[in-house]
Order: sequence, then C-alpha cells, then structure tokens
Amino acid sequence: MRKFGDLTQADITPKSVYFNRRQILRAMGMAGIAIAGGEVLSRVAFSPAAVQAGTKLNVTVKSPFSTTEKMNSFGDVIHYNNFYEFGTDKSDPSRNAGNFRTSPWTVSVEGEVKKPAKYSMDDILKLAPLEERIYRHRCVEGWSIVVPWIGYSLSTIVKLAEPTEKARFIAFQSLYDPSQMPWGSRSGIELPYVEGLRLDEAMNPLTLLCVGMYGESLPNQDGAPVRLVIPWKYGFKSIKSIVKIRLVKDMPPTTWNRYASSEYGFYSNVNPNVDHPRWSQATERRLGEILRRKTLMFNGYSDQVASLYNGMDLKKNY
Amino acid sequence: MRDLLRQLLLNKWSKVAVFTICVSPVAYLGWRTYQGQLTANPVEFIQHFTGDWTLRFLLITLSITPLRKLVNLPDLIRFRRMLGLFAFFYVCLHFLTYIGPDQSFDVAGMWKDVAKRPFITVGFLGFVLLIPLALTSTKGWIRRLGGRRWQALHRLIYVSALCGVVHYYWLVKSDHRLPLLYGTLLAALLVYRLGVSLLKPRPAIVASAAR
Repeated sequence: MRKFGDLTQADITPKSVYFNRRQILRAMGMAGIAIAGGEVLSRVAFSPAAVQAGTKLNVTVKSPFSTTEKMNSFGDVIHYNNFYEFGTDKSDPSRNAGNFRTSPWTVSVEGEVKKPAKYSMDDILKLAPLEERIYRHRCVEGWSIVVPWIGYSLSTIVKLAEPTEKARFIAFQSLYDPSQMPWGSRSGIELPYVEGLRLDEAMNPLTLLCVGMYGESLPNQDGAPVRLVIPWKYGFKSIKSIVKIRLVKDMPPTTWNRYASSEYGFYSNVNPNVDHPRWSQATERRLGEILRRKTLMFNGYSDQVASLYNGMDLKKNY
Repeated sequence: MRDLLRQLLLNKWSKVAVFTICVSPVAYLGWRTYQGQLTANPVEFIQHFTGDWTLRFLLITLSITPLRKLVNLPDLIRFRRMLGLFAFFYVCLHFLTYIGPDQSFDVAGMWKDVAKRPFITVGFLGFVLLIPLALTSTKGWIRRLGGRRWQALHRLIYVSALCGVVHYYWLVKSDHRLPLLYGTLLAALLVYRLGVSLLKPRPAIVASAAR
C-alpha cells in the first residue's frame, strides 16, 4: 500500500506541463465546457501548440503609435476570427485551431535580397525589442476592434535582408497544411493565403510584424506564431501565420483580389468614401457596441500614411 | 399507422405543439441573450440567426404541399398558415435588427441603402412581398378574395423565398455552401410544383371552354 509521499516517476508533473501550467489553465478555459476535463488535459498537455500560444512576452517599449481608445476584451478577440484555413464562421477558428502546431516554425526571407535568411521563432523574437502597439483594426466586412498587439516594425527584418535595387513589392505567404487545416479546402478561396504590399508600405513604421497580443504570444486563431498588422488597411491584408516573405519586382497576387478583383483591390486601404460593391464602407460596428460609428480615412492613420498615396486615384486603386 | 398519424395531426393539441416548436428558436435566442452568449458581435449574431430561421420557415412552409401528396397526409394543411406566419415573424425580427442597430432608425438612409445595394434591395423585396401574404392569411380574406385569386396572390411566396436565397448568397464572401443548400431545396420545391402543374389536366379550363 502506498503512503502519501511515495511518489513514483509517473507522479511527477512533466516539466513542460509545470512551466506552462498557467497557459494550460487558460487554454482549458478557452477550450470551454463542451469537452470533458480529462480529454482537455491530455490534449492540451501534449500539444505543443497549446503550450506555444499564450507564453508571456517581455514587452519593453510602449509605442507612440498606440491609440488611447478602449481596447476590446481578450475574449472577444480570440472568439471572433476570420481565418478561413480553420473554417469560415467567425467562431470556427477558436474551435478548430487548438491543435495547430506552431513550433517548430521557420520564416524564410528571400527573393530580391542580398542576404536571404531563414528565421526560427526564437530568432524573430530577438531581432528587435518587442513593442506593444494598440491599434484600431477594421475588417472589410464592416466591424472593427482595438487590440494591443506586440511586435516590431516589419522594416527591421526587411532591412536585415538588404533588398536589391529591383525589389519594389513584397509578397507574403501563410502556412497551408491541409492535414492540420482540413476546413481550408471548403473555404472557397485558393490557399495558401498570399498577400502583398508595395515596398514603401512595408517599410512604413506602422506596419507591424506581430508576434503577440495582450502581453502574450499570439493565440493560434489570431495568426500564431507570427503575422502582419497593417492598421490602415482592411483586416484581410494583415496576413496570418507567415512562412514566407519574398521581395519581388512586380505587384504580387493577393488571395482576395484573385478571388474577386472587383471587390478587393491590391491596396485595400480603409476608405469610407469607396464602398465595397455590395455594402457601404462609410460606417463600422466596433465590437462591444450596438450602433455603428463612422469609419475614418485610412482608419485614422492619415498622418502616418496618407503621403504614401499622393497623386493616386484611390477610387481606382481601391 | 397512417390512421394514428392522422389522429395525431388532427388532435386539438397538435397546433399547440407545432406552435411551441416554432417559437423555440426565438426562445433559444432569448435564453442566449439572457446568458450573455450572443458572441462578440451580438447584432450580427441576431441578424444571421433570424435570417436563417426566416429561410428555414419559408422552405418548411413550401414543403407542406409536396409533403401532403408524397406521404399522403393531406391534414398537414392545418399547419401551413402558422408556418408561413412564423416565417413572417422571423423576417420582421430580422428587419428590425437592420433598421435599428444598422440604420439607427434613419429611414432616409435606409431608403438610400435599399436603392443602392442589390443584396439589400433583394432582401427588402423578399420582406415586403410577405406583408400582403401575412395580412391576407385569415379565413375572412380567403373568402373576400375568392380561393383562386387568394391562391394566385399567395404564390408571391415563391418570389419571396427566391429573394431570400439570393440575398443570402450575395451576402456571403466565399463559402457559399449554405446559401447553395437553401437554393437547392427551394429549386426542388419549385420544380415539383412546375412538374405537377404541367402534368395535370386542367378540368376547370376545360369546363369553362365547354360552356
């Protein structure tokens, strides 16, 4: 008969579980009451993704770009996602992305650069001091949120690669692993998800290479482990779960533009004066509010980015 | 077996039972509201929920006629009016969420929206077409209009349901599975009617021609 204190090897909490006990508790909370406790524990404890998402990040810089507007709750931002690889309903990604493997992860910077490189997530977390930036985020569908993102300017990683003279655009690609993302094939859009920016847009300090939010690494459904956040453009430009960054000569194809070019342009700057063909872009609903509010030109970031588009017809270049 | 089913359908409590089933979606919505479980975007959730149930009730209403014939249960007709009125009830809730939280009860702005956006136009049309059907759903109106004219008027439900499906299809960004499913069901229900009317001899017309 065993006495209290007679511990065998099997009784000891695995180190990985111990060190991540807070994350596991949070993940259990996120997994919800639908699944029985035992199953949750085994799934969470032995899935590297759940351990990966929700790691505390050491944020040392508060950004001057941050808005003072009221932030949305963490709960809203992790339960209301457009991430078609994990399903097209807003509630699908929070249900389906739980076991997404985000470690190990490699981001390749390539194309028209003098120093192509492959970065691990550890490398990316160390390239520059992590900043918190509280940005407005406006979806093309007409809703918006305010989120405290964590990361640093995309320009940091681009400069390290030393773009050649020929580089004028930058193309991004998300991971597409059908075995982990079986919902993607029914989403209606062509995957892997691709996005692009003009090089000057990419180098604008507002363009954030984002590794976290609310003080922690990114939850899977919000684009773990690394994504873009481009606050003056519609949300779909802010590509999630990036594996490839490619400097190129010509304007690269982008997923939603390829799907319906009359509805989603390459630029897709937030613009209350240029409607989506099927709905108005003049107003938006901030999550947590009932009535709609006016949408701001460039989502309120005109001071920082309007000059990028001097002389351009924004009705044509939507 | 059929006699048992007929007895069930004709039972005085059957309408109460069907009514209870029909209110259960809105009761569920109320319960979720009370629990604060309307997602991060409650207005959108209510809009989608009531829109979905409008389409479902339209399709259920339209399936009564084929079902009566196919499973030989003519007594199902007892429930058709109630089902149609529930479609109207859910579309009213749907419309209220549009003019309220979306348009802030700004009627002028709403008209501009209706005129400018095909997906709103077609949805609005589908709603408006149901109004005369709801108003003339009583026995008195059937008598006043006469059976033939009343039936002709109520064929507007075909157009309304079609508007509803197109409205949904145009709303969706890229995953069209659900609107296509509704569209397929509606097509089947309409094709059935077309087939019946093409195959059936018309005694009424023959009779009048012989006169």
